[in-house]
Amino acid sequence: MSQGNSQESNVQTTGHVWDGDLQEFNNPLPAWWLWSFYATIIFSVVYWVAYPAWPLGDSFTKGITTITYKNDKGVEKTTHWSTRALLMKDLQDARESQKKYFDMVAATPYEQFAKNPELSNFVASAGKVVFADNCAACHQSGGQGKMAFAPNLTDDDWLYGGTHDKIQASITNGRHGIMPAKGGADLNEGEIESLANYVLSLSGEKMDAAKIAVGDELFHGKGLCIACHGADAKGNQDIGSANLTDKIWLWADVPAQGSADKKVAAVKAVITSGLNKGVMPAQNGRLSADQIKLLTVYVHDVLGGGSKK
Amino acid sequence: MIEHGKIEKNIGLMLVLTLIAISIGGLVEIVPLFFLKGTVEDVKNADGIKMVRPYSPLEQRGRDIYIREGCYLCHSQMIRPFRDESMRYGHYSLAAESQYDHPFQWGSKRTGPDLARVGKKYSNEWQVQHLIAPRSMVPESVMPNYPWLLTALDTSDVADRMKALRMTGVPYSANKAEHDNNVKEFGADVAKQLHIPDARKNLIEQAQTGKYDGNAADVTEMDALVAYLQVLGTMVDFSKLDNDSFVKFR
Ligand code: HEC
Ligand code: HEC
Ligand code: HEC
Repeated sequence: MSQGNSQESNVQTTGHVWDGDLQEFNNPLPAWWLWSFYATIIFSVVYWVAYPAWPLGDSFTKGITTITYKNDKGVEKTTHWSTRALLMKDLQDARESQKKYFDMVAATPYEQFAKNPELSNFVASAGKVVFADNCAACHQSGGQGKMAFAPNLTDDDWLYGGTHDKIQASITNGRHGIMPAKGGADLNEGEIESLANYVLSLSGEKMDAAKIAVGDELFHGKGLCIACHGADAKGNQDIGSANLTDKIWLWADVPAQGSADKKVAAVKAVITSGLNKGVMPAQNGRLSADQIKLLTVYVHDVLGGGSKK
Repeated sequence: MIEHGKIEKNIGLMLVLTLIAISIGGLVEIVPLFFLKGTVEDVKNADGIKMVRPYSPLEQRGRDIYIREGCYLCHSQMIRPFRDESMRYGHYSLAAESQYDHPFQWGSKRTGPDLARVGKKYSNEWQVQHLIAPRSMVPESVMPNYPWLLTALDTSDVADRMKALRMTGVPYSANKAEHDNNVKEFGADVAKQLHIPDARKNLIEQAQTGKYDGNAADVTEMDALVAYLQVLGTMVDFSKLDNDSFVKFR
């Protein structure tokens, strides 16, 4: 025991001795470590002076660093360092660096976008990000839509219209297509069957001629269908009633059905229960006017390939 | 210099001194926040009605289910004041927006996106479908399926749950005087929802008129969870507030 100690006996001890010979060494910290420690203490004092730090009753020391930003009304303001002011400044700086584009987006009439390649590129890349964050969960990442859930935005078939103004209205205020069960008419099973045959025939499906004839009459008469879908069954964009003549289906999953019977069943199901689940949430208040304009052009020019209908 | 030996030989004294040493961090960093003006921002409408209100009974039950299912393990509810977050999720979260959350759901892990402002982002139909089968809506999602949420909601103890929250300071009203005070603070419609004796009735009424799960006839856990998700981050109307009024508090 006492021999093991002898090599290190020149090391300083704390002076405590237990059980006669148990001692506690006191090895000093390396100098570089000690000085780094002092440096952090000095740094913290600098930090207290520069940034908000100490509580003082119901307030706190604000520090001498300041941030200058513009408030909502465009008035320049200077405050103590604050993450919230820093964010406002960050967003303004970012906007400043993209100002050229945002000014262009704000100032360019819709029809002119396609003629400006630089602006088109900006819309394609910036629009894609906003679309992915806010729209893709329903319309899917390429805007191709989802059967029985949300419409395809890449074709030239529009429930509510494919002009810039109509698309902008769809995005800003949202949409909610409603069709009452059985079109709101008093229809029996057989009549719905005939109507389904007729509706399918409008999209070029080979259906039972007798049922088509009955369905045709019901569609334009007792069924009340023309009130919303129009006499030509091409739909009414003011209320988003689908065009039933274009082979494009959103709610009745006709393309997935192998046999004529199953197609009839799919259309029958829609007519019988009606529709109420097509809800497009309004983006007004969620997204800024700039973002909505960007998305409008993105949907129209990039996804829709310059839609008009 | 205090005698080393004294502390080292007296375990009781050492314990007390250790406790004092480690509480200094908490005392310096946390306690002053209770006294600072504006730690919780005061957000009111022009007519003096508070924008942020406690959850309705149905929403509160939805929040309980959110916690039961461990949604907070993958989702945060805290939009920090950074450029990338505000561009993706919207306005940064205010302390006021979680003032009635016990415990708060700020979270610390984002396997999925932040949910602080997910309210009204999607339709009820989307929320229901996405909770039952996330991959049917977002093919690359790693979120689990929650098909059992379509079972009936246990509404028997909702009043007790509100009573417990009332003890932590959430202004659910137990009597007429408290109710009248809520009318002043939150307006009559909200005050009605906060009244504990009517909790069960209010819950069922909201579930049936809201049709969150697409079905008015029943009251399911899905009704509650979707009602809760749809209100997240929607109480404060930032268009009515001056954005730089929040700067001075931090
Ligand atoms: C909750 C799901 C959902 C989200 C999110 C969503 N949409 Fe929709 N959108 C729909 C549904 C459903 C319809 C069809 C409404 C109907 O059937 O009446 C629709 C319709 C539209 C239309 C009209 C299509 C037409 O044929 O006339 C446009 C344009 C559109 N959405 C764009 C967007 C954009 C841009 C976004 C992102 C900001 C978005 N949507 C987000 C579900 C959604
Ligand atoms: C009150 C207006 C209204 C009436 C009446 C009405 N519809 Fe509709 N219908 C709509 C709307 C709106 C949609 C599209 C809903 C949506 O997209 O959200 C629709 C969609 C449909 C679809 C689905 C198309 C698809 O893409 O899958 C079919 C089929 C249909 N209607 C058939 C009929 C028939 C047959 C009748 C007569 C019995 C009828 N509708 C009466 C408004 C109406
Ligand atoms: C294993 C991690 C995980 C768990 C647990 C989880 N989620 Fe998710 N969640 C995700 C991921 C990843 C996404 C993004 C992909 C998607 O939309 O499905 C997501 C997306 C979401 C979204 C859409 C957010 C947006 O802005 O697009 C909502 C709402 C949501 N989850 C709610 C919930 C609820 C409610 C629960 C609990 C019942 C839950 N999540 C549990 C991982 C998770």
